[in-house]
Amino acid sequence: MRSFVALAALGVLGAVLVVAVTGLEPFGHYPGPYGDVLAKVVPDERHTGQLVAATVFDYRAFDTLGEEMILFAAVCGCAALLRVLRSEHAGEGAPGRPVPSFAARAMAAALVGPVTVLGVYVIVHGHLTPGGGFSGGVVVAGALLLAYAGGQGLRLRRVGSITLLEGTEALGAAGFLALALAGLIAAGTLLKNFLALGTSGMLLSAGTIPVGNVAVGLEVAGAVALVFAEFLEQALLEDPE
Amino acid sequence: MTFLQATCLVVVALLGTLVVFTRDPLRQAAVTGIFGLGLAALFLAVQAPDVALSQIAIGAIVVPVLVLLAMAKIREHDE
Repeated sequence: MRSFVALAALGVLGAVLVVAVTGLEPFGHYPGPYGDVLAKVVPDERHTGQLVAATVFDYRAFDTLGEEMILFAAVCGCAALLRVLRSEHAGEGAPGRPVPSFAARAMAAALVGPVTVLGVYVIVHGHLTPGGGFSGGVVVAGALLLAYAGGQGLRLRRVGSITLLEGTEALGAAGFLALALAGLIAAGTLLKNFLALGTSGMLLSAGTIPVGNVAVGLEVAGAVALVFAEFLEQALLEDPE
Repeated sequence: MTFLQATCLVVVALLGTLVVFTRDPLRQAAVTGIFGLGLAALFLAVQAPDVALSQIAIGAIVVPVLVLLAMAKIREHDE
């Protein structure tokens, strides 16, 4: 009976998918006007060739602000859910995590620097090349995880470093909010550009876009590293029995 | 559609099927990471490098690590 229902549901789903796909535009034929309009106006209006960054931080920046707040709230919820209760503290004899092998340590030591530089590069060049605050922030958080996985002394689970990560995340979210309000104050519209646009292709150009990227990068790096740290803390915790 | 795009589509479909048929969650975490990289290659082939970068960051860094950590916690409870 169950497999019959599953097969019937799969059949209906397949039929609907076929109908939906046959109604699509031919492959590579983009029907909407927005992409073409943006491709025409962005180079003049924002002095950048990175249409995605310009769209995210200008033409639909209010959505980005909402997404930032969603990420912030989600990570706050995650941190609250995974926090270590007083009754959960590891005892003196807790084994903790195993010591990493020499190969793992050497690999991590060799990679932490380059990965961090790559992450920062992706963040600050977000208005020139693909990437930006989100992907760069995750890469930076990955570098922190690498340092943890290969390191002996560094411990993400110490309360101090969790507070630091929370501070980084909050700083990024507050920075983006400040950028939005600065547009309201300086240019009269929320999130409107109020900085010099500069020469297209230079590191300091495209007005508020790189600033927004740095704020988002800080928030995402803090948020992802914080979730990692909270998960690690729970995974390494000994059950009080 | 170019040959590269068609190949990427087929590879993504195969890898996705592989993820579904991998039953052990530990192995599934690794296979999901490879599936994520295939998806990133597809995004690159259809000229969406921004999406490809985000996909690499999430699919290769965040998802496997979180799955592994959650499984470490579950195993500890099973013992």
